[in-house]
Amino acid sequence: MSITQILFWLLSAVAVGGAIMVVASKSPVHSILFLIITFFAISGHYILLNAQFLAIVNIIVYAGAIMVLFLFVVMLMNLNEESAPPQKNKYILYGGTIAGASLMLVLVAALKQSAQGRHLMETNNGTGGLIENLGKLLFTDYVFPFEISSVLFLSAMIGAVVISKKEA
Amino acid sequence: MPINYYIFLALALFCIGVVGVLTRRNAIIIFMCIELMLNAANLLLVAFSKLYTHVSTLPTAGSDAQIFVFFIMVVAAAEVSVGLAIIVMMYRNTHSVDVNFLNRLKN
Repeated sequence: MSITQILFWLLSAVAVGGAIMVVASKSPVHSILFLIITFFAISGHYILLNAQFLAIVNIIVYAGAIMVLFLFVVMLMNLNEESAPPQKNKYILYGGTIAGASLMLVLVAALKQSAQGRHLMETNNGTGGLIENLGKLLFTDYVFPFEISSVLFLSAMIGAVVISKKEA
Repeated sequence: MPINYYIFLALALFCIGVVGVLTRRNAIIIFMCIELMLNAANLLLVAFSKLYTHVSTLPTAGSDAQIFVFFIMVVAAAEVSVGLAIIVMMYRNTHSVDVNFLNRLKN
């Protein structure tokens, strides 16, 4: 078992365990912290796939900005303790879990036999994920979507301000 | 490393996100499960971008999928800002983030 495989299994266990704890934990703050752990594990996978730019962006944008925004909102609302009444019917819980597990089962059964599934990936090399190539591509072929995304951010900012404004 | 492993890992993360959306009632946790599903899709895109790079001689082989992941992150950041504003608004009106209380907005 090579070091790449050991790292893969370790990071996968951390990611899946963190994801399960996000759904299972009672307090929203704990859910957010487990989701940050999951995002770090996914960033580790990106490094393993030699997508270094995406690994850094994932940590900065997701773990650094988005999850801090979630934490701010949760702490602003003072939701630390589970103030809502306990789950009224267990059938939603069982039904949702069975539905998700069935989805997983169907997709695994469909993809398990695929011929492409055994193709090997280039895990540790390849320059496609380096910031030099991505930056060149982003500012030549994809410059129009890049500019459009600035308009998207502007409209999202205006929308957030308008929605959360206290109506006088 | 065969691509199958990454497919099944992303599938597991996505299905955990689906279970979270279906079972939890806290709007913030539902939102976080949506983020989890987005990240599962991102992981799968990056894994597929490394699949056929060894047959190509271009230095930018597989870069397009990673640009795509970058734009998914851009859209996710915009979505989170608007979505959290909506959740704050909902908390201000109902004093709860339970999605079952949303049927009170009918009248």
